[in-house]
Amino acid sequence: MFVVLAVLAALVLLLGGCGKVPWNDPYPEGLALSNTLYSSFDERPKHLDPVRSYSANEYAFLAQVYEPPLQYHFLLRPYQLVPLSASQVPIPRYFDAAGKPLPDDAPAEQIAYSDYLVQVRRGVRFQPHPAFARDGSGALRYHGLTAVDLRGINRLADFPYTGTRDLTAADFVHQTKRLAAPWLHSPIAGVMQEHILGFKELGERLTQAAKLDPVARVQALREARLDGVEVVDPASFRIRINGKYPQFAYWLAMPFFAPMPWEAELFYAQPGMKERNIVLDWYPVGTGPFMLTENNPNLRMVLTRNPNFWGETFPTQGMPGDAEAGLIKDASRPMPFVDQAVYSLEKEDIPRWNKFVQGYYDSSGISSDAFDQAVRIGGDGGPSLTDEMQTKGIELMTSVETSISYLGFNMRDQVVGGYSEQARLLRRAISIAVDYEEFISIFANGRGLIAQGPLPPGISGYQEGKGGINPYVYEWHDGRPVRRGIAEARALLEQAGYPGGRDPKTGRALSINYEAVATGPDDKSRLAWMRKQFEKLGIELVIRSTDYNRFQEKMQNGTGQVYMWGWNADYPDSENFFFLLYGPNGKVEHQGENASNYDNPEFNRLFDQMKFMENGPERQALIDQMMTIARRDAPWLWGFYPKAFSLHHQWLFNVNPNKMANNTLKYRRLDPVLRERLRTEWNPSVLWPLWAVLGIGAILVLPALWMVRRRERSTAL
Amino acid sequence: MSAYILRRLLYALPILIGVNLLTFVLFFVLNSPDEMARMQLGEKRVTPAVISNWKQEHGYDRPLLFNEKASGLAKVTDTIFFQRSVKLFAFDFGSSDDGRNIGYDISQRMWPSLAIAVPVLLVGFAIDISLALFIVFFRATYLDFGAVVLLVAMMSISGLFYIIGGQFLMSKMFHLVPISGYDIGIKAWKFMILPVIVGVVGGVGSGVRWYRTLFLEEVSKDYVRTARAKGLTERRVLFRHVFGNALIPILTGVVVVLPLLFMGSLITESFFGIPGLGSYTIDAISNQDFAIVHAMVFLGAVLYILGLLLTDISYTLVDPRVRLQ
Repeated sequence: MFVVLAVLAALVLLLGGCGKVPWNDPYPEGLALSNTLYSSFDERPKHLDPVRSYSANEYAFLAQVYEPPLQYHFLLRPYQLVPLSASQVPIPRYFDAAGKPLPDDAPAEQIAYSDYLVQVRRGVRFQPHPAFARDGSGALRYHGLTAVDLRGINRLADFPYTGTRDLTAADFVHQTKRLAAPWLHSPIAGVMQEHILGFKELGERLTQAAKLDPVARVQALREARLDGVEVVDPASFRIRINGKYPQFAYWLAMPFFAPMPWEAELFYAQPGMKERNIVLDWYPVGTGPFMLTENNPNLRMVLTRNPNFWGETFPTQGMPGDAEAGLIKDASRPMPFVDQAVYSLEKEDIPRWNKFVQGYYDSSGISSDAFDQAVRIGGDGGPSLTDEMQTKGIELMTSVETSISYLGFNMRDQVVGGYSEQARLLRRAISIAVDYEEFISIFANGRGLIAQGPLPPGISGYQEGKGGINPYVYEWHDGRPVRRGIAEARALLEQAGYPGGRDPKTGRALSINYEAVATGPDDKSRLAWMRKQFEKLGIELVIRSTDYNRFQEKMQNGTGQVYMWGWNADYPDSENFFFLLYGPNGKVEHQGENASNYDNPEFNRLFDQMKFMENGPERQALIDQMMTIARRDAPWLWGFYPKAFSLHHQWLFNVNPNKMANNTLKYRRLDPVLRERLRTEWNPSVLWPLWAVLGIGAILVLPALWMVRRRERSTAL
Repeated sequence: MSAYILRRLLYALPILIGVNLLTFVLFFVLNSPDEMARMQLGEKRVTPAVISNWKQEHGYDRPLLFNEKASGLAKVTDTIFFQRSVKLFAFDFGSSDDGRNIGYDISQRMWPSLAIAVPVLLVGFAIDISLALFIVFFRATYLDFGAVVLLVAMMSISGLFYIIGGQFLMSKMFHLVPISGYDIGIKAWKFMILPVIVGVVGGVGSGVRWYRTLFLEEVSKDYVRTARAKGLTERRVLFRHVFGNALIPILTGVVVVLPLLFMGSLITESFFGIPGLGSYTIDAISNQDFAIVHAMVFLGAVLYILGLLLTDISYTLVDPRVRLQ
């Protein structure tokens, strides 16, 4: 034991002898002063192919590599589209059924097609990649690989040669066609087939190609024609949309429409590549500021500066206060500012948080466990950092997410659903009784803003103040919304035909089933809280907890009564939230995202008008009407908009919450010298425990050895 | 011995089929192919058509165990169970539900698992045996009693406590080692110190107590009295004779786990961010990735059978009286 302890102590001492960096530094010594940003991720990205990827944890990597035609301005609010791989934001041109051009203000019903002519930014080149490498004769070097060629190749980096080429309009067209390929399972294929001309037909034509080998599939895709998307010239392409769909521009800011070079797809499709896990879904090929140079999601992901990046500069415009906050200090400077970003896999909150506090991650979210250590909520409800965080110069950023967490009622249900006054009153009573302020305080550490309707702040149509409250649940008192009293809720319940929460048909407490996603012990208290909220009205809440998959199945079948769900904005337009309440988007009948299956003809009619309109007073008037209807019918208990709290160290600059943009790594700037100095200061090795362990070991072992010797030498008599 | 080994390998076949069937049934009792598809396809805009398309592409559109619509042998072979199981016996693990080659992933991820598991086994074995012999030396004294109490207490503490406690003390308080992480090749060593210490300390309670029991049983036998009568020192009696004769039950416990070292530790790998096969399995279970879960359970069963076979063979090495026939 003593020997082993000594060996371990020696090992630890050896660790310290390796250099001047702190012993607990998890990074190689040579990188201490490098211009590298360190962060973490907790879930392995499933897909890195822009045609399939549709989750925030994947976009954290993907959006730094791929460049769709448009992006969101980093600083300006409300969110504004600006060009990225396109040279300008395309303005749609409208045509009638005969192909005659229509004015910009033509009524939506006259518009048969909308054309988006996208001009491709000049001088953009793809990252260095083996798919573009050419041999002396100009042929693609790594196309037509044989089993012999692939010997010794296990990673993309094992290919010694790389190449590049200019971005062209054909790359965008190829990617748009990929969205229709049935074998690629694009989650937006269903949406796009409603809008892009010929998209559905292309998908059907490609069904046969799905049975071909991967190389033949790519060839078939290249040769296939998508009627609504065409290359006009190498620097521009046109997308033709059925009717009018102003939200289409937002889709052009998502990685789904990022350019994809056919060479890359064909390269990855070759025999022997999939067996080595060298696939497009794993190794992205883009034009963005970074390229994924290490993809080991079981350990770390490394993004390295793309040497071919076209030289985008930091924005010069910002909001009032941005200049004072130092956010436009880097205006007009070429990006990106960091050379590399290393993301380490951290599945557990404790190590992730401790590494941030020790200075080994430059930024961090705040888990519930660490909340009290990081943040204190003042008397006014405002958050501030604890003394420990302030001493370290850590900065807190808060922002309301462009998402909503709500409690939905199944409108097809006989009890909680329907459009009768009785059903409305029941839902309103429940809406008052379920105290979401308390929920936010207990379960979200105060990180949430009460929702007064489906639209979160930052989304067009959202209204603040007295005019924006839900009058059925809140009253305006002393300049703030106040939840109506439980007595009022009980009175509503009585009017609804359930006096004291009793069901007149049975004479017993009204019983409502709550479909809950609950798989862990932490969910128990949440469910108990929810049960208590309904008990205030005398209603018995029956918890039917399940996992998320089965929950989705129940929603699909429409068998639930009450459920909790959420939505994260695809784009900052009210259409992207109101469509969750649009009848023809009902989950049961139409397999859409309207999980409550809410179907109010008046609301649907207004939605059909509103979705085609540009933002402005007219549209706002329609939105207000829709909001009034939705609040009256109460298909959702509006819940809350989550607030994001994030922390970053004083050596990280240009941190500004932007809930729509995912490609924000390029804006970040670091001071690695300050970081290294503070890391060393914060992490001095404490050696006395080692000596104490060795000392205690010696105190225990030496007398024992002495006793052993004495016993052995003692005589029997 | 060859005939014995061959026979044992043949016995393994029905065991593996049984394990396969059990894994399959348990998995699909809890998860339907529709749920698996939803898990892979994400949360937004997933329509029944997309789910159906995914199932067809991944072969989950077939019946689970029996295909009524098929004829002849296809009633059994044209099922998810058959299609997914038969290749496993050729160690062709196929692709995971997200399209990655499982065999390749296993070949990459077994090394980090081994890098932690082997030192924990060797260091733990050395410490446990030494301490157990030391306690046996002082048997029936207050030292023995106190040690047993301490060992029982150590056994009763959750493994998570050792992990979190180790991270808190060694990294957060004393800044001696990285709190978590891993690196490839020789650079991995500084990340191994804490998991190895935690693994060894966490195993001391049960390990020492088990070996103490084995040694106490041996120490009361006649050959020990004879050895002492011959004038051998107590140290020599314990380390040479008692230890040697206790090897059979020790081997039963140690050799059988040797092949399983590849499989890694589920909790340790997750907490320390070690990209081994333990965390691979945990991820697969939470992602409802049947292909990986199936492959890992099958591999675990094969390795366990191999471990038992190795144990039998090792008996012949440590005890000349044992013959495998």
